[in-house]
Amino acid sequence: MSNDNASSKQKVTTTDEFIKGLWRDNPVFVQVLGMCPVLAVSNTAENALAMGLATAFVLLMSNILVSLLRNFVPKQVRIASYILIIATFVTVTDYAIQAISVELHKSLGAFISLIVVNCLILSRAEAFASKNTVWKSIFDALGMGLGFTFALFCLGAVREILGNGSIFNIALFPDGFQSWIVMILPAGGFFTLAIWLLIINGIETRKTKS
Amino acid sequence: MSDVVNMKTQNLASSKKMLLAMVGIGIISALLIVTTFELTLPRVQRLKAEALEKAIFKVLPGTVNTQAFGVNANGELFKMKEGDNTETAIYAGYNNNGNIIGYAIEASGQGYADIIRILYGYKPDKEILIGFQVLESKETPGLGDKIEKEEHFLNNFKALDVSLSNIGKLKNKLITLKQGEKQNPWEIDGITGATISSRAIGNIIGTSTSELVPILYDHYNKNNQKPKESNE
Repeated sequence: MSNDNASSKQKVTTTDEFIKGLWRDNPVFVQVLGMCPVLAVSNTAENALAMGLATAFVLLMSNILVSLLRNFVPKQVRIASYILIIATFVTVTDYAIQAISVELHKSLGAFISLIVVNCLILSRAEAFASKNTVWKSIFDALGMGLGFTFALFCLGAVREILGNGSIFNIALFPDGFQSWIVMILPAGGFFTLAIWLLIINGIETRKTKS
Repeated sequence: MSDVVNMKTQNLASSKKMLLAMVGIGIISALLIVTTFELTLPRVQRLKAEALEKAIFKVLPGTVNTQAFGVNANGELFKMKEGDNTETAIYAGYNNNGNIIGYAIEASGQGYADIIRILYGYKPDKEILIGFQVLESKETPGLGDKIEKEEHFLNNFKALDVSLSNIGKLKNKLITLKQGEKQNPWEIDGITGATISSRAIGNIIGTSTSELVPILYDHYNKNNQKPKESNE
């Protein structure tokens, strides 16, 4: 990047686009989008991380393509074309994960194909990528994608530690530890999400007060 | 008047544009998907073959060698060569002496969400099934996927009776019951909360065994005790 005024200005805004997804507009903790994978695949830290990264990848690629084609796609067919683009990258991701590890593919199961209907991705395409430059869209996708991964990991880590007594399959507690089975069941997902929302909103409220 | 004409040409132009956009994106999508598919295919196939091999050794403990068989139209086994692809693949497991210790049988059928593919072990000398592994399933996480995890369900298949009657058919067809109702060695104890998936496993194994167990029992009695090379 050159050092002229315009680009430094753009640099500030792109960092801003990046940061907002991580914290201020975090897709899970603030926008509460894409709850299906958040609750379903956050039973272990590993699954949560893999799901988060897969979603982030789809988000990044679809944001790039939507932004590139934003002047070419007529308004009437934009939603159809976004879905087509998103579905393409989900299929690509599906094959890629299969090639990485059959085990991982098995444990993520049906949820990979369900990335297609993750409203986070469609909402970024519609609300951001279709109106902004490719450069900005990349940062928006990276921020949102990593924010989503971070949130999923927060849930997955807590659920695995309490429900399984381990993190990334490494046992944390001595043998006597009685794991809370409920935490790896669907109900545990709701509990953990609620607690995280409570904490994050608490911090935000305190911030705005002071 | 000229307004109408204008609007018409405008509409025409925009539908052309719409068509162009959709077709263009469709072509890009198709190219991307086909490229990834082609690129990942060899590795996916290798990983799947490895997983299959692992599963065979799991359902037939003590195996040192395997040979894949297919079933032809006359109901006879034939040795599969590399690249052969049949619906029902059977893997005979041999021990150190070259004797058949059992068969791992691939079977599939409709589950709750999609086709479930499984592999189960048959021990012809005792006429029982000795275990099964899910190779591929898209059953609901937390409910349907209990078929891979529930211990009491998996225990069903540790010694499931598939003995044959004199006329070469299964004495008792396998049935799946509600959880806790199993009384006989040929009954399968289902899973509460995964009724459809556990019943699907029962059906898949039931259909496959009633078709294949007589053939395999014959094959075993003809071929065992002889060196491996003479298996035909």
